[in-house]
Amino acid sequence: MGLAITFWIMAVVAVVAALSVVFQRNVFRAALALILCFITVAGIYITLSADFLAAVQILVYVGAISVLIILAIMMTKEVQKGNLANKMEIPAAVVGTVLLIILVFTVTATSWNIAAESPLSPTTAPLATKLFSENGFILPVEIGAVLLLAAIIGAIVITREK
Amino acid sequence: MAIIDLVINRRLSLAALPPDWPGNNYWWHWLFFTIVLIAFVLVMVMGAIYIERRAMGRMQSRLGPNRTGPFGLLQPVADAVKVMLKENIVPDNADKIVHWLAPVIAFAPVLMIFAVVPFQNGALLADLNIGILYIVAISSISTVGVFMAGWSSGNKYSLLGAMRNVAAVVSYEIPLVLSIVGVVLVAGSMSLNTIVLKQDIPFILLQPLGFLIFFAAACAEINRSPFDLMEADSEIVAGFHTEYSGMKFAMFYLVEYAEAIAMSAIITTIFLGGWRGPLLPPWLWFIVKTFIVFFVMVWTRTTLPRVRIDQLMALAWKFLFPLALINLFVTAVQVLVWPDALPWTAVYINIAIMIILIFLWSRFFKLGWGRVEI
Repeated sequence: MGLAITFWIMAVVAVVAALSVVFQRNVFRAALALILCFITVAGIYITLSADFLAAVQILVYVGAISVLIILAIMMTKEVQKGNLANKMEIPAAVVGTVLLIILVFTVTATSWNIAAESPLSPTTAPLATKLFSENGFILPVEIGAVLLLAAIIGAIVITREK
Repeated sequence: MAIIDLVINRRLSLAALPPDWPGNNYWWHWLFFTIVLIAFVLVMVMGAIYIERRAMGRMQSRLGPNRTGPFGLLQPVADAVKVMLKENIVPDNADKIVHWLAPVIAFAPVLMIFAVVPFQNGALLADLNIGILYIVAISSISTVGVFMAGWSSGNKYSLLGAMRNVAAVVSYEIPLVLSIVGVVLVAGSMSLNTIVLKQDIPFILLQPLGFLIFFAAACAEINRSPFDLMEADSEIVAGFHTEYSGMKFAMFYLVEYAEAIAMSAIITTIFLGGWRGPLLPPWLWFIVKTFIVFFVMVWTRTTLPRVRIDQLMALAWKFLFPLALINLFVTAVQVLVWPDALPWTAVYINIAIMIILIFLWSRFFKLGWGRVEI
């Protein structure tokens, strides 16, 4: 009962926050609404017993990605006057709506199986075993790390003067 | 606050609570610790303000405020009353809602940090098994409040302060977290209660380099001098809270000291053995150690001049970050290769490694003389 109430509060706040990211004319307030959306998603993770994932969600999305978004907004010229006008509004709306329809259709058409097992109680150690053990996902994790490093070096090379 | 409620709901372990602490049923425990934590933070902040003003006075060869009450003990109360009676001014071109919300968003996470800090074995609001990660995650929300303040004031000094804060936070979060990982490796747990229980030797001895990195990064994270660039009053008026007055300014003042107390409490818990100690009751040991760490922060503040923004970034990326990585690597090797090594051998080895590394790196890396390359 308590879980259901919490889920619905989180879900409604998340959707309202996400809508306000899209429809807000003030870019900075849109970024703040995005942060609220991230936090409520972390709350939904907690109701699903994924406490480690929830903490990482807040750490990465609220602590790092939102900070970078805000930094980018602060660096942008004339952003104080609100959203900059351009001609991409209608195409963006079309693409966004099509994507939303596809996602909603997929989610409602899939039959979701509910696991019979009860959730693991400390999730940290099983996650680590899954990611870093020999039979787990060690290769994708390592490749992902190398890819990110290449992206960082690439960004530095592109933006560097001379 | 529903998130917090849930975290507590699901992870509360009542069995571990020591018998002489009240709170034997769920709601009673929740209510008791919530009230105790709020009172604890407020009283500790008053103590911190008193220590800072008086100790800083002594260190600068002056008396400090000594007229209100015996030894000036009532000075924080006088400050609080003064600030509450002031007029609340909101600038005309401010973003009103964000301006109003900013102090609240800056303050709430600081209070939430104390939920996982143990005062005695098991005496804490919620013994999360991800305790230290929870602290790192929650404390990163606090900076959002600072941006909101800087942005919504509609003042270029506020914005400059907020931008400096972004730069500092992005740089200092990394060495901060990496130095915590070393402690987590040695303790084998992220729960703060377990970390304290594992400290038969305080981790400051097993992780001396990690402690120094954490201390420097924590000072930068909470804007303590010598890293108080975002409110550098000789350069940008008062940084992000230039346009705040009255109760809202008081909130930011409270956040500043509550964050300092929170970081002192975390350093106490993960490096200095938390509530453990002979003779005195555990909670008193905890408070005494917290104030000692805070005193060292005041001491560095009065001793060191403020750094420039480029020096701040260079220190984070060229000095603290590589050292934190090496520290993590050395700790991982020690934990893997000699898990049962005699603790005192490991202590001597780690202190030797710390001294060698710091000397070596300070040869490579020079700060000052106006010649820092970025």
